[in-house]
Amino acid sequence: MTIRMVYFAWVRERIGTGEESVEPPASVVTVADLVNWLAETSPAHAGAFENRSRLRAAIDQDFVPLDTPIGRAQEIAIFPPVTGG
Amino acid sequence: MIHISVQQSAIDIAAEMTRAEAAGAGAVATFTGLVRGDDGVGTLELEHYPGATEAALLKVAEGAIERWSLSAAIIVHRVGPMHPGERIVFVAATAAHRGAALEACAYLIDRLKTDAPFWKRETRGVKASWVEARDGDHAAAARWDISKG
Repeated sequence: MTIRMVYFAWVRERIGTGEESVEPPASVVTVADLVNWLAETSPAHAGAFENRSRLRAAIDQDFVPLDTPIGRAQEIAIFPPVTGG
Repeated sequence: MIHISVQQSAIDIAAEMTRAEAAGAGAVATFTGLVRGDDGVGTLELEHYPGATEAALLKVAEGAIERWSLSAAIIVHRVGPMHPGERIVFVAATAAHRGAALEACAYLIDRLKTDAPFWKRETRGVKASWVEARDGDHAAAARWDISKG
């Protein structure tokens, strides 16, 4: 299953790209699993995901907790806590 | 009436007020946020999540309309680079009376701060840094969870 990953703010900067396509193995069930798996793909990902408590996520543009199953997600976003307004 | 705008261009308060007043009710409450020049900030840049941002703002506006029976809810947020003193956000709530308009206006800005995917980056001289989220913003947004739901 191919998932479009999108990144924002310092997560985007540390990874070095705003989006990428990934094909996680079947063992990846939740967003947290996906983050753990991605962190092993490169030092940049590992650096961006170093502190999991500072990460937030959205599945197909809906905000979700990191322990949410990814299901049949097409787009998953990983980003820092929001700071608008 | 709901009006949501995520825009690069400057926020035209007069145009937004005209829109709020045209909804035909007795009270309009508004909030305008300006870029602060804290500690020598020269430029503030706003990044957002296109599509998700508009959807999140629409949800906030719909929540206010339903809870306070508003005639109109307006949310305008700038993105891209801006400078101290410039308007970064404008919200307006139009209701029959002032109580609902004022409360709904506070709700709109409190919820926007925690529910919409925007990120601020400040530049001071040549040094850029991402603004950290504040716990107080979550407390402000959460106060709307406990009273009349």
